[in-house]
Amino acid sequence: MLGVELEPRAAPLRFMRWGSPLLALALTLIASMPLLWTLGLDPLATWRIFFLEPLATLNGVSEWLLKASPLILIALGLTVGFRANVWNIGAEGMFTIGAICSGWLALHFGGAAPRWLLPAMMLAGILGGMAWAAIPAFLKTHANASEILVTLMLNYVAALLLAYLVNGPMQDPQGMNYPQTALFEPAAMLAPLAAGLRVNASIFITAAAVAAAWVLLERSFLGFQLRVGGSAPAAARYAGFRQPQLVWLSLLVSGATAGLAGMLEAAGPLGQLTPVISPGYGFTAIIVAFVGRLSPLGIVFGGLLMSLLYLGGEAVQMSLNVPSSLARSFQGLLLFFLLAADVLILYRIRLRRH
Amino acid sequence: MTHLLIALLSGTLVAATPLIFAAVGELVAERSGVLNLGVEGMMLIGAVTAFGAAFAGYPALLAVCAATAAAAAASLLFAVLALTLATNQYAAGLALTILGSGLSGFIGHRFGSDAVPSIAKVHWPMLSDLPVLGPILFGQDPMVYLAWMAAGGVWWFLYRTKPGLVVRVVGEAPHAALAIGYPVIRIRYLTTMFGGAMAGLGGAYLSLAYTPLWVEDMTAGRGWIALALVVFSAWRPGRLLLGAWLFGGVSVLQLFAQGLGVKLPSELLGALPYLSTIVVLVAISRNPQALRLNSPLSLAQPFRPER
Repeated sequence: MLGVELEPRAAPLRFMRWGSPLLALALTLIASMPLLWTLGLDPLATWRIFFLEPLATLNGVSEWLLKASPLILIALGLTVGFRANVWNIGAEGMFTIGAICSGWLALHFGGAAPRWLLPAMMLAGILGGMAWAAIPAFLKTHANASEILVTLMLNYVAALLLAYLVNGPMQDPQGMNYPQTALFEPAAMLAPLAAGLRVNASIFITAAAVAAAWVLLERSFLGFQLRVGGSAPAAARYAGFRQPQLVWLSLLVSGATAGLAGMLEAAGPLGQLTPVISPGYGFTAIIVAFVGRLSPLGIVFGGLLMSLLYLGGEAVQMSLNVPSSLARSFQGLLLFFLLAADVLILYRIRLRRH
Repeated sequence: MTHLLIALLSGTLVAATPLIFAAVGELVAERSGVLNLGVEGMMLIGAVTAFGAAFAGYPALLAVCAATAAAAAASLLFAVLALTLATNQYAAGLALTILGSGLSGFIGHRFGSDAVPSIAKVHWPMLSDLPVLGPILFGQDPMVYLAWMAAGGVWWFLYRTKPGLVVRVVGEAPHAALAIGYPVIRIRYLTTMFGGAMAGLGGAYLSLAYTPLWVEDMTAGRGWIALALVVFSAWRPGRLLLGAWLFGGVSVLQLFAQGLGVKLPSELLGALPYLSTIVVLVAISRNPQALRLNSPLSLAQPFRPER
């Protein structure tokens, strides 16, 4: 029988840290060819529509940046946790709560908006996301409950809460009973950067968050603590870092960024709340964080790539009638191949006869 | 009132069935030290495969077998990453869930909103006609009974057979197991595929019996609830059955709430299964010593034979 053996390398293969996302992307494209053949599509032509067509127009580039922004923002927050081995898969719920809190503020003031409404909405989104993230943090540190399962369950609870609110207390009284809130007033929305495009100031906020995350993760003692806490919990305890603090920090930071992303989505392209406000940003951001090697600058590239996958999915759906879930299959394959390719950083793979 | 009670209890057993299948499979995998967060994805692959086969006109039995095989094959993708390549099991499981959700949506797209014939109920001579107990216990479809047998079978396997003992040893002390000659990786491959096959059965039950329709992401978190159930069960099949019935009860309660005169919005009642999962997790995890005592020692730890 032929077996696979992993042989540790004397030194890590440096270039694979960035080479493996590229290798994974190439393997994803190859592995998805049979999927496209089953639909009777020519892979090369499909990929052209998937990856190039969305960026051919100015509007396309605007949409690309607009969708990349929440992905990058959420992934930055998740990275803090992933580095410390805290698995938050509830960003989707935190995003939703952020949108609800800021949306409530927008609707509360209606036409009589004070000048500080937008900053207050941002704060509300951040605090809402943090409060939602505090639940798993508290349950993890005080009751030892798995943050993976608690954050995941809270995604469903948040989605149902939003559905309840837009069907009840927050429903638009003049909305013909549609499950949606009233449209936000212009003062409660981020204005587009140019007429006819949807991209708005959220990209600058995201850029600032990237810079802040870079300082926090790469240049501060805290970033070091996170890394030690994640890779060697025993050593971290010995050195006096406390695990509960890392859990709180990881979840609160990711709650803050996801909540902020939810506010930016509600006050940006959406302009109101509806039962479904996220096309799975919270989950996709997990892949963004891994593709970006858990580093702030890498996450920018990961976010741009995943945003392109969303747009490509929509493009092939419109022009070739391919289900948009093709994009999600791509995401799953990409994460698979990425994890496999990462093995090559530390190990040589040997085939051996037993 | 008795009608309502019968419907409630009978519905509980039905709602518990997909959870039992998926959780029993994951329990065996976890007993061997493998934590596969891909249960949700494997259930979806099982659900779409079963529905596709039934949609194409194949009999239910064949559709169920196809679902089992497809989900077991999907679990192999996880196994290659997590076992052969010894990657992080959390990440590999998440990848499987995302892939399963995407692929099943991609495949299920063509089914539209058509229904397939639902699996017929068993009629037991005499027993099914008993008052009250008859419709609850003896008026179910065959997969409900199969789920009970699976839980019983797994208990017997783990505690009464030598291979079952080996699986437990592999989960508790993989290096020792390897040292006395058991092929740890190969055994984990088998338990992982068993977990996949059972998740496939759970998915097939959803799309053939529970609601004989295909709806994208129709598992609605049941794969994750199954993972929580395994923790709740303290890795024991008997407690797992109890837990599954508890969750089944909570999830049908919302359907009957109006009849019982509860005046809560349906969305909030719909959140009950997820909220009770959290409550149960908290209750069971509060004692860290007990949790550590019960959980397989090598759970979720990548295994590399050299060390």
